[in-house]
Amino acid sequence: MANHTIAETITIPYLEEKGLLSWLTSTDHKRISIMYLLSISTFFVLAGISALLLRFELLTPGKTIVDAHTYNVLFTFHGAVMVFLFIVPGLAASFGNFLIPLMIGARDVAFPRLNLMSYWIYLLGALIILISLSKPADTGWTFYTPYSIRTGTDVILLTFGIFVLGFSSILTGLNFIVTIHKLRAPGMTWHRLPLFIWASYATAILQVLATPVIAISLLLLIAERVFGIGFFDPAKGGDPILFQHFFWFYSHPAVYIMIIPAMGVISEVIPVFSRKPIFGYKAIAYSSLAIALISFFVWAHHMFVSGMSEVAATIFSFLTFLVAIPTAIKVFNWTATLYKGSIDLKSPMLYALSFIFLFTIGGLTGVFLGALAADVHLHDTYFVVAHMHYVMIGGTIMGFFAALHFWYPKMTGKMFNEKVAKIAWAFVFIGFNVTFFPQFILGTQGMPRRYADYPPQFHSLNELSSIGSWILGIGMFVMAINLLRGLFNGEKAPQNPFNSLSLEWQVPSPPPHENFEEIPHVTDWTYGYGKKSA
Amino acid sequence: MEGVEKIEHVHGHHVDPVVEYQSLKFGMWLFIATELLLFGGLFAAYTIFRAKFPEMFAEQHLELNKPLGALNTAVLILSSLTMALGVTSIQRGKPKRLALFLLLTILLGLAFGVNKYFEYSAKFHHHIYPGTSIFFSLYFTMTGLHMLHVFAGMALLTTMLVLTLRGRFSDKYYTPVEVSGLYWHLVDLIWIYLFPLLYLIA
Repeated sequence: MANHTIAETITIPYLEEKGLLSWLTSTDHKRISIMYLLSISTFFVLAGISALLLRFELLTPGKTIVDAHTYNVLFTFHGAVMVFLFIVPGLAASFGNFLIPLMIGARDVAFPRLNLMSYWIYLLGALIILISLSKPADTGWTFYTPYSIRTGTDVILLTFGIFVLGFSSILTGLNFIVTIHKLRAPGMTWHRLPLFIWASYATAILQVLATPVIAISLLLLIAERVFGIGFFDPAKGGDPILFQHFFWFYSHPAVYIMIIPAMGVISEVIPVFSRKPIFGYKAIAYSSLAIALISFFVWAHHMFVSGMSEVAATIFSFLTFLVAIPTAIKVFNWTATLYKGSIDLKSPMLYALSFIFLFTIGGLTGVFLGALAADVHLHDTYFVVAHMHYVMIGGTIMGFFAALHFWYPKMTGKMFNEKVAKIAWAFVFIGFNVTFFPQFILGTQGMPRRYADYPPQFHSLNELSSIGSWILGIGMFVMAINLLRGLFNGEKAPQNPFNSLSLEWQVPSPPPHENFEEIPHVTDWTYGYGKKSA
Repeated sequence: MEGVEKIEHVHGHHVDPVVEYQSLKFGMWLFIATELLLFGGLFAAYTIFRAKFPEMFAEQHLELNKPLGALNTAVLILSSLTMALGVTSIQRGKPKRLALFLLLTILLGLAFGVNKYFEYSAKFHHHIYPGTSIFFSLYFTMTGLHMLHVFAGMALLTTMLVLTLRGRFSDKYYTPVEVSGLYWHLVDLIWIYLFPLLYLIA
C-alpha cells in the first residue's frame, strides 16, 4: 500500500443522514443498494419460512400439517418469491449497485434517478404480489398452461406483479451496461476491470435481452385469462407447449442472471484470501459472456418430455452440454488460484469454497439432466429439486453469503463476530447437504416433486431432509443475528480489513456520498497479490 | 495503493455533457432492443400460428379495413418526418420550430389513435373481439400493445414540448429531444411491420 491518494477524511459517509424519507428519495447508488439488500432479505426470510413449512409437511407420509391445496400454494409462494423477489434482483441489484461505481472509479451509476425509480418499481411489483396473496396462486412458479388459465386462484395479480418487476430488472441492467461502458475511471480498461464487473456486465446483458420475453409471455397469459385469446388453449387452436417455450426462453437465461453475479463474487473473494493473483483472468472474464450467450440456446432442455421432435431434443441436449465448458473454465481457474496460495479461512472464504464444492455438484448433476435418456427417468423428480437447489443455494446463496461477509465492513463500517460467523457457516453447510443430498437419492428412486404426500418407502430419506432443513434454518438464523449484532455492537471497521487491492477498499468504510474525493487514475489490474506491497 | 494516482478533481458525475449525451443515447438504444424483444414474442406467435392456420389468416384478414390501415401507416410515417424535422430545428438553434414540430407529431399520433378507435369499434360492431379466433386475437394484441406504445411516445413528446416551451433546449443541449425521437421512430417502425403482416396477406 504505497500511497493513500484518496484522503480518509473527505465529506460525509453515505449512512450519515437519518430518516426513512431520506432513504426512499436518495439517488446514491449505495443507499439504493442497501434498500434492495434489506428488501430482498425480507423476502428471502418469508420464502425461507414457507420452505421450512413445506419440509415440515414432508416429514411424515400423509398429512402432517397442511392439506394438499395449501401445500400447492406454499410451493408456489416459495418459488415465485424466491425467484422473482429475491434471487433475480439478488446480487445484481444489491451488491451490483453498491460495487459497480466504486469498483470502476465512478461517483454513481450513469442514471441515478432511473436507479431510484427501478427500486420504486421493485417495491410496486412486490406490493402487487403481496396483494395477490388474498387468493394465493397454486400453479407453481412456472405458471404452466392450461392449468394457470383454469385455476380459480389469483394468477393475474401474481403474474402482473412479476411483469412490473421485469421493468425494474430491465432498467437496472440497462443502467449498469451504460455505467460500465461510459463511466470507467481513466486507465480502467476492460482488461483491468475486476471480474465482478465482468460478471455484472454479462448479467446486465441477460437482464436487458431476456426479461422482455417473460414480460410478453406473462402479458399473453393475462390476456388469455381476461379475453380468452386462445394462444395457449388447445380448445381454441392454441398450444399450451408454446407457453413453455416462451417461459423458458426467459427463465433459462434467468438462471444465469441468478448465478453469474455470484460467480463474480467468488472471483473477488478467492484471490484476496489466497493472496495470489487470479488465475486465468481473461478466461474467467470471457466465460461469463460465453455463458450469457449460450444460455439463450438451451431453453428447451426443460421440456424434453413435454413433446418435441427427437431432432430438436437432440440439438438442445448437445447445446446444453456446451454450458458446461465456460462453467468448468471458471471452476478450474478458481482452483488454480487456490493452488499454492496462502489460504486464510475467514468466513467469506469459507462460503466461497463452499460455492466451488457445492456448485460443482449442482453443475455436474445438470449434465445428467441435459442427457436425453437420463432426463426421461429423472425429470420432475426430486433429483431436479436437488440439482436446482445445489445450484441456487449451493451456488448463488453461498455467493450471496460470501458477499455479505466480505463487503459487510465496507457497507456498514462495522465488523461482525468472526467466530460466530464460522459457527453459522458450519450449520449452513452441513444443514444444506443434509437437506438436499438425500433428495438426489429420492429422485433416482422415482419420488416425484410437487406432491404433498409420498409412499412410506420414501419416509426415512424425507425425514433426514426435513431435519437438515432445521439445521440449515438455525445456521441462517445465527448468521442473521450475528450480522445484525455487528451493526450495533461491532467494532469500527478499518478501511481495508482484508487487504484487498480493489478500488472500493481504498475509500473509507463506509464510503462517502460521492465515493471518491478525486477520481482515481488506474494503472494496473486489481489482482496483484503476493507481491511485497500486498 | 498501486495503480492509483491523482487526476483533476471532478465535481459530481455527468459533468461532461458529451458523456451524458453518449450515455443517454446508448441507454435508449438498449431500451429499444428490449422493445424489439417484447414484440419479438408476438412475432414468434404470429409465425407459428400463421404456419399452423394459413387458411384462417388468408380468409380473416379480409375483414380488416385496408384503406384505414394504409392511412394510419401514412400518418405515422409523416409523424416520423415531423419528429426528425423537430430534431433538425433544435440542432440549428430554433426552439420555436421544435415546439411546432413536436406539436404536429403529437397531433399525428392522436390522429392515429382516433383512426384506431374507429377501426376497433367497427370490429366490435361486427362482434369481432380478441378471442373470436387466433387471427383476431393476434390482431388485437399486436395492434393493442403497439397502441400503448403510441400513447407512451405521445406522453414522452408532450413532456419534451413542455420543456421546450420552458426554454430548456438549445443548439447546445437537445439530448432528451433526440432520444425521445429515437423512441418515436421505433413506434413507427413496429407499425410498418404490423401493417403488411396483418392487413396485406395475400
